[in-house]
Amino acid sequence: MASENTILGVGRFGRPNAVNDLNRSKVRWAWGFLAIPLLFFGVIRFYPTLQAFYLSLTDWDLLRPANFIWFDNYVRLLSDPVFWKVFGNTFTYLALGTPISLVLAFVIAYFLDRVRFGHATLRALYFLPYLTTAAAMAWVWRFFYHPPPAGVINGFLSQLGLPAIPFLRSTSYALPSVLVTAIWAGLGFQIVIFLAGLRAIPSTYYDAARVDGLNEWDILRKITLPLLKPTTIFLVVISSIGFLRIFDQVWNMNTSDPGGPLNSTKPLVMLIYQSAFNTYSMGYAAAQTVVLFLVLLAVSLLQLYLMRQR
Amino acid sequence: MSKIHAAAGLLTAVSLLSVSAAQAVEIEYWQYVFDTRIAAVDQLIEKFEADNPGITVKHITFPYADYQTKVIASHAAGQGPDVVQYFYGWLDKFVDGGVLQPLSQDAFPSAEIEADFFPIVGAVKRGDDYYGLPTAVRTLALYYNKTLLDEAGITELPDTLDELVETAKALTKRDGGGNLLSAGLTVGIDAQDHHWFREVLVRQFGGEPYDADGNVAYNSQAGVDAFQWYTDLQLKEKVGEQGFLDSQPAAFIAGLAAFTIDGTFRIGNLKDVEFEWGVTELPANGDGLRSSYSSYFANGIGAGATGEELEASEKFLNYLASAEAQELWLDVVSELPARRSAALTDANLADPLFGPFIRSLDYAHTTHFYDESGQKQVLVDAFNRVVLENQPVADAVAAAAEAEQTLIESYRN
Repeated sequence: MASENTILGVGRFGRPNAVNDLNRSKVRWAWGFLAIPLLFFGVIRFYPTLQAFYLSLTDWDLLRPANFIWFDNYVRLLSDPVFWKVFGNTFTYLALGTPISLVLAFVIAYFLDRVRFGHATLRALYFLPYLTTAAAMAWVWRFFYHPPPAGVINGFLSQLGLPAIPFLRSTSYALPSVLVTAIWAGLGFQIVIFLAGLRAIPSTYYDAARVDGLNEWDILRKITLPLLKPTTIFLVVISSIGFLRIFDQVWNMNTSDPGGPLNSTKPLVMLIYQSAFNTYSMGYAAAQTVVLFLVLLAVSLLQLYLMRQR
Repeated sequence: MSKIHAAAGLLTAVSLLSVSAAQAVEIEYWQYVFDTRIAAVDQLIEKFEADNPGITVKHITFPYADYQTKVIASHAAGQGPDVVQYFYGWLDKFVDGGVLQPLSQDAFPSAEIEADFFPIVGAVKRGDDYYGLPTAVRTLALYYNKTLLDEAGITELPDTLDELVETAKALTKRDGGGNLLSAGLTVGIDAQDHHWFREVLVRQFGGEPYDADGNVAYNSQAGVDAFQWYTDLQLKEKVGEQGFLDSQPAAFIAGLAAFTIDGTFRIGNLKDVEFEWGVTELPANGDGLRSSYSSYFANGIGAGATGEELEASEKFLNYLASAEAQELWLDVVSELPARRSAALTDANLADPLFGPFIRSLDYAHTTHFYDESGQKQVLVDAFNRVVLENQPVADAVAAAAEAEQTLIESYRN
């Protein structure tokens, strides 16, 4: 590119180095500006990330000097039943959360796109939860889920004469209950992105399809969905990372036994937090972090590969 | 002449300044955020500074949830406090990590400490050294909602475990669908009940929670019987439910629980409630055996304090542990004085609120915790296995004992 520009420059201005100098100085300025965030990222992001890899091979406990213990933390991880339980939970959040939230968001965006009356109000209503602090939202839902007489949902059920549901006090219902709030919280963002994606598809495609006599279902399948692919890829990756990192909703749903009952809602990030800041096993927490990093990397790469443009 | 005079004057001024600068020592005192505790310490600092010109105490607080982490992390960064309040159960971690220094025998002779304080002060002694002194101690007692008792026509307070269950059953209210509307006795293994189980119920059923070396010993028939009795409160007697109204204290404060087991520190939360309430000693077993759990926050001296800061810190600690400070603490924070002389006054023993707590100091036990939240979690999980997953009590107790012993051993290494 640079040489091409230089040749063009010679032809147009007759002064061989003017544009070249201008470009160089532009590049220098660009790097000058980029250097600050790069340095910032280097110091507070990349250095600690690399440090975590090293820490995962030590028994550092914040209080005493670290000993290098090779892969002992990873061996401990593999034989820790709590780790596997939590690992499974994390994938449940991902495997249920991502598809359910994306399908819901798409369906809502698809129909919202056609609504003219009150469109902006409806869109704002869907987006509102996304603006709320996750912790505050979790506390509100916690009171929805309460057993009677305080719980809103159970209060409603008991008025209908139905038995109470132990939403958060059950090892089988607790995770789905937490997941529902997480999906609801992220839905607004996904809807807005889908709406933008839908609006970006030129209407001429639809006009042509209708002239050719395609029905709505075929239009959706053959035009809308394929053209929405970049949006979908973006949302799949972002929401997968979000579900793999879920923390605040879970923590605030059950503050006296976070991730409980019996670890049934505990995600990997919370196990890392508890290993690091409840028991001060920094090395063990770093090993869990490395595993989470590799999982995030693998999931993201796999999704990008599966959804690549053929 | 005048020049010499001026120079001499300047020199005097400078030396005076430097002397006063040397005397002005600032020390940092750390504790966690709790309104009444902050108010009490502010008052104590004011009095201490008035009596000790030249020493200023900077009072720094952190939310409880982050407090222990802050102390440890700041120590790792070389910026710890001079005098620090800590839960006695954190001591092993703090001593291992060199966060605290032992109290000097000159400033705090052990014989004096042991003569003046209740025996539970031994929980902050390691080897021959004390690592702090408490201002106040807390014990557990049985809170009752007098309004609910009166409504039900109950005049006699339960004095044994059996009487407690019977009375609680009479006071439990449920709707047509069987949903709990008002608890007879709160069930909260994640609040104070895990202490009640360890130090009270296990002993009352004939066992010991830990052996003389600090190993878990509740994996016995007594431990199983005690846990069976406790889980039966929810499963068989149905007087309360874990998680009812979010938490044990919340249910009692809302006026929707007749009895709850809680600590001295709850008195402050109950000042503005709209019902009448009272406190009585924890119920005895059939043989009249009583026990309670006692705990406290001690004030220790940070490892980083040396020289005149150490001297000032020792003075301040001495003041925090004095009878004067303890009486103020009782008034402001409602926690019991840790010195016998300040606690066992006629007025305190006759006090309807403090009396039951102070009487229990004689028979209370203090658990040697290695990791309080981890050890609590073990019993929370055992309770959930029995209640949510129908695991036999004996298996749940055995699993809890094994998990807790593993945890304890991991801290001993």
